[in-house]
Amino acid sequence: MSKTPVQFRVNGQDRAVFAEDAENLLECLRRGVGDMSPKYGCGQGTCGACTVLIDGEPHLSCLTLAQGCGGRSIETTGGLADGPNLHPLQAAFMEHFAAQCGFCTTGMLMAAKALLDKNPNPTRDDVVEAIAGNICRCTGYEPIINAILEAASRGSNSVVGGAV
Amino acid sequence: MVVSVRTYDQVGEAANALSSDREAYFLAGGTLLMRGVNEGSRALSTLVRTTDSSLRQIQSSGSRIEIGAAATMSDILANRELSFLHPAARAVGGPAIRNMATAGGNLFARTPYGDLTTAFLVLDAMVNFAGGSQAQLPLGQFLAEREKQPRPLVAGISIERPTSAAAFRFLKVSRVKPERLSVMCMAALLPQSGGRVQGARVAYGAMAPTPIRMTAVEQALEGVTLDESGVQAAAAAANTGASPATDAIASEWYRREVAPVHLKRLLLGQGS
Ligand SMILES: Cc1cc2nc3c(=O)[nH]c(=O)nc-3n(C[C@H](O)[C@H](O)[C@H](O)COP(=O)(O)OP(=O)(O)OC[C@H]3O[C@@H](n4cnc5c(N)ncnc54)[C@H](O)[C@@H]3O)c2cc1C
Ligand code: FES
Ligand code: FES
Repeated sequence: MSKTPVQFRVNGQDRAVFAEDAENLLECLRRGVGDMSPKYGCGQGTCGACTVLIDGEPHLSCLTLAQGCGGRSIETTGGLADGPNLHPLQAAFMEHFAAQCGFCTTGMLMAAKALLDKNPNPTRDDVVEAIAGNICRCTGYEPIINAILEAASRGSNSVVGGAV
Repeated sequence: MVVSVRTYDQVGEAANALSSDREAYFLAGGTLLMRGVNEGSRALSTLVRTTDSSLRQIQSSGSRIEIGAAATMSDILANRELSFLHPAARAVGGPAIRNMATAGGNLFARTPYGDLTTAFLVLDAMVNFAGGSQAQLPLGQFLAEREKQPRPLVAGISIERPTSAAAFRFLKVSRVKPERLSVMCMAALLPQSGGRVQGARVAYGAMAPTPIRMTAVEQALEGVTLDESGVQAAAAAANTGASPATDAIASEWYRREVAPVHLKRLLLGQGS
């Protein structure tokens, strides 16, 4: 087994880790960085639970080679809240009951963030397309779609205070 | 199984590494290969990759456009010169997959994948190889031989720009939208002269072990007008040469049953 040093930014902080051989980014974030927010659902690219943003674009971390991420900027759900202040997407998910078991939630949040960062006023179809690669087995999607539209209508960059 | 990764700065070095190790696979977007890594596939021992950005370039010269093998679906979607190809690139996976999946990797994707490759087949696509070891191959021939060892490094795909955007058609049939696997996909290039089709090219994806040209359909389209009666013969030949499989998406029977319906829609410009 060989280890390759990799330096990247995770949620705005410089991190240096050793990636093991063909280790994927999901494993590397959870094991090496200690960020448990991206989830392992399938390891096959089909569920979207591992979605993270790389340089602002959604990627499936389970299919991304960790050692290929040197110099990149990675965003995960772990970096969304500002202390006790939830990100507007998180607050809207909570208010709309968009999380039941919660396993899909972090992937949904990142897919939604990627959308709203680029398109602050999405249509319902835009939202459906943005979360097309994310499977939810609990909610039937409607609460998730409504939460994302609600966060957009509030302005996703505003901060929602004290809601924990 | 431990999978070692070898990274090269230059495409040429990666091509050499690949040709000198028959067990090695080139890692592009990883949307197929990393699945095998995660499963602990015993077929994978070495991955070769390159950080050379030249493999990702999209360049046009005259009537042809060269798409670097490492260009992703999102790169194609961001390129206005390739707007005719956007329906095929957008048909691949969801947004995250499109940020990762490459044009080169799509040439190797097993059925029912290969939507972009199906579109390439009607655009007179030629496959170029890195390292100068091998001459250009027409895409159809490349696909027929793609499972053969050794696996050379594909540098890019050169396609012909359609003379009019309306002459190029693409349709993907799927049951679950928006992210969807192909029941089948179809591409056609339908140049017309004096209202009649001349030099039609038609290809199917997910209707054979690889995307294929449908020569019987093409012949049935020669000289016809694209209306209900003009496309009858082509619809009657819709399954000639096809050998669809039964998989989790659809049965062979179903694929054969619906092929003529979708072909007619494609030819009459009715979408799906
Ligand atoms: C959830 C999901 C949904 C998908 N949906 C679709 C879909 O709708 N339509 C579709 O067509 N596909 C789909 N795919 C399949 C896949 O994402 C695409 O076919 C993609 O284009 C493969 O490219 P890649 O760069 O990820 O390939 P990789 O995984 O990197 O490689 C795949 C194979 O191609 C070889 N290879 C790649 N590039 C080269 C090269 N330049 N030279 C030599 N060999 C090379 C590799 O060695 C490997 O054998 C899907 C996959 C997933 C996981
Ligand atoms: S764990 Fe990555 S897509 Fe399911
Ligand atoms: S909340 Fe359970 S999978 Fe979505």
